Amino acid sequence: MILPLSLEAVAYGVGQKPIITPLSLELSAGASTILLGANGAGKSVLMRLMHGLLSPTAGRVVWHEPEAARQRRLQAMVFQRPVMLRRSALENVRYVLRAAGEDASDSRALQALDEVGLRHVASQPARALSGGEQQRLALARAWALHPEVLFLDEPSASLDPSATREIEALVQAFDAAGTKIIMATHNLGQARRLGDEVLFLHQGRLVERAPVEAFFTRPASPEAAAFIRGELPWV
Amino acid sequence: MLGALGELRLWEIVVLSLRVSLSAVALATIAGLPLGAALAVGRFPGRHAVVVVLNALMGLPPVVVGLAVYLLLSRAGPLGGLGLLFTPGAMVVAQTLLILPIIAALCRQSVEDAWREYDEQLRSLGVHGMRAAATVLWDIRFSLLTAVLAGLGRASAEVGAVMIVGGNIDGVTRVMTTTIALETSKGDLPLALGLGIVLVAIVLAINAAAYLVKEAAQRKYG
Ligand SMILES: Nc1ncnc2c1ncn2[C@@H]1O[C@H](COP(=O)(O)OP(=O)(O)OP(=O)(O)O)[C@@H](O)[C@H]1O
Ligand SMILES: [Mg+2]
Repeated sequence: MILPLSLEAVAYGVGQKPIITPLSLELSAGASTILLGANGAGKSVLMRLMHGLLSPTAGRVVWHEPEAARQRRLQAMVFQRPVMLRRSALENVRYVLRAAGEDASDSRALQALDEVGLRHVASQPARALSGGEQQRLALARAWALHPEVLFLDEPSASLDPSATREIEALVQAFDAAGTKIIMATHNLGQARRLGDEVLFLHQGRLVERAPVEAFFTRPASPEAAAFIRGELPWV
Repeated sequence: MLGALGELRLWEIVVLSLRVSLSAVALATIAGLPLGAALAVGRFPGRHAVVVVLNALMGLPPVVVGLAVYLLLSRAGPLGGLGLLFTPGAMVVAQTLLILPIIAALCRQSVEDAWREYDEQLRSLGVHGMRAAATVLWDIRFSLLTAVLAGLGRASAEVGAVMIVGGNIDGVTRVMTTTIALETSKGDLPLALGLGIVLVAIVLAINAAAYLVKEAAQRKYG
């Protein structure tokens, strides 16, 4: 168990520019956490801080599991633009299995491809797949690792509605398998469908944390209210 | 049109040319790939300046390299004691220096692009250091091969550097390009022409290989 994850007065800045102002919070297993906020609010930076791709300029990111290698092994991240290794789809999955020190047999990798419906493209070069397929392959790589925590940074940002639904179904499968979901999105419908709670960021500040329904129906802060109005102009 | 003896001479010259250029490519590859990779991922003061200089050195005139190596290896020069001047060894040294910047600069570019792309993903997977480097180098192996072939193409076609440091001595340091230059000026056109055809064929083959490698890699790995 690497959860819960605690952020203790975590801040991040570049030069004099504050990007995340000090924030403290704890994330535990179970509830799926959605990060919301306008472009540039700091969602991606916050997730990178949590995942350890950035080091905070102040404060600490503390996992329940103290050992660094185990922390790393039990988290996975799917980026907004999936990074496809210049190999076949199957080899992409086998690579992450090897990196994690797991059995990297073809059959094991094929199982992960099956899970995301990509077995039929196993031998194709990953970079020749469509955007939606690449994002599903990124999820297959994560699936193969059985992570305890999965970070997703706008995983369906440039996908059409049907590819988006496929991604959402897969995220739900992770959730059902007991993986903690931490996801940034601009799709508020998606936030409602997949999320249990919302972290709302505004200009690098954590303004609000609330259960998803409460957030949308009774936002506590004027910033969140304005954000919901802005993103859903028809409401 | 050359006669048996002429043909024998021709092939000796071709073989020496290939030996010199392939040795230079081997040495420049051994030094250039790590140098390019280090420049791509290293962060040290003056890195940008080194990159700019390296890119500029890609267009180094062969005669200038030849002159520099000549000064280095001449009896009074710092490495004069090696007695390399006017031997195939000197020609290998000159060509190595000539193509080292090409191989290193092309390698740096490929590694830097791939690294920028892979870095976060690999760190996310807990892949660091040598292992990360090996992943990137393996994944761009075709681009690296293209860089090496570019070096080979340049080495086999240049005349200035080998002419100066080799001295174009018959049977010792006479290679295709220097022979063509000499025989043309002497008016022995058949030998010059024969070598010219072989040289063009070799350069064409190298470029075709580079093209095919790139195409195949593109198709196979995107
Ligand atoms: N390395 C950096 N140097 C300077 N500024 C940075 C750096 N990384 C991020 N920023 C800035 O930090 C702010 C937050 O960026 P971040 O990518 O986290 O936003 P975001 O909430 O994910 O936005 P989006 O919805 O557009 O993805 C932005 O203003 C961005 O320009
Ligand atoms: Mg972002």
